[in-house]
Amino acid sequence: MQFNSLSDFIAMGDYGAYVWSSVAIVFGALAWIVVDSVMLKSKTLKAIKQEQERAEKIRQAKQQNSV
Amino acid sequence: MWKWLHPYAKAEVAYQLCYKLLPYFSWLSVITLAVGSVWGLAFAPADYQQGDSFRIIYFHVPTAILSMGAYTSMAICALIGMVWQIRNAELAVYAIAPVGAVYTFLALVTGAIWGKPMWGAWWVWDARLTSELILLFLYLGVIALYNAFEDRRTGARAASILAIVGVINVPIIHYSVEWWNTLHQGATITKFAKPSISTDMLWPLLLTIAGFMFVLAALTCLRLANQIILNDARRPWVKALVERELSSVSMSKASK
Repeated sequence: MQFNSLSDFIAMGDYGAYVWSSVAIVFGALAWIVVDSVMLKSKTLKAIKQEQERAEKIRQAKQQNSV
Repeated sequence: MWKWLHPYAKAEVAYQLCYKLLPYFSWLSVITLAVGSVWGLAFAPADYQQGDSFRIIYFHVPTAILSMGAYTSMAICALIGMVWQIRNAELAVYAIAPVGAVYTFLALVTGAIWGKPMWGAWWVWDARLTSELILLFLYLGVIALYNAFEDRRTGARAASILAIVGVINVPIIHYSVEWWNTLHQGATITKFAKPSISTDMLWPLLLTIAGFMFVLAALTCLRLANQIILNDARRPWVKALVERELSSVSMSKASK
């Protein structure tokens, strides 16, 4: 450990604001892109389902018209 | 010799491979990022000139290196898609671009935060910073072009061309600190000579670089898998998959 106390660690030799804001922004942005990538799956599944249902409706409508 | 690769061009096999690799990349990224960050922030010795402000290196250098690494791999995928007409490679272009854009943004922001105490300025219009900013615009251009066409295939081709042309910017970023006068310091580890950093500072840096690399790999798997099923939406295997996944979601909701 390079620091003698927790307050030393947080102070980062007077560069605390710079170091910790970098850390916060980096992990904040990483969390955002991870959540976005995970959420993408359910969004994609729902979009595909909708698309399939629409195609099915069009097919049925065409069949009824031709009868 | 390379024939074993052929089945992976098939969408269903590639989709399954994405989810097979995902847990390994995820765990490796969590472990290397956690160990590297704590080591770098708390245990690595302070720099004799920059004091503790140098610890931003453990986030700035990985995001900067991988913003270029991600771009290069995206351009290689674009080239494979254009030349050999491999659909999965085209889809990978769009899977990598948003992650690369986030890394580029982070490299710019952490660089600015590091620049303020050390150079006395958040931003200077020199070659390194400007070419890295252009990299961000290239990423955004690729994403925008991909979505700009009604037909996904056309969009993918347009985005691929931009990705390939834009790769010229990557060596410009790398050599900018040698070619032009700049405030930015030269390469520390990405050169053929011995790294100009003490080993007890170097190890955590290599760990965070590996960490960001695994995050990129994991997110590429996740996003590519989505692109594959979206692209194959009308195929029977995707229809079966959507039924299975959506019914398991509604069942788990009902059981709660």
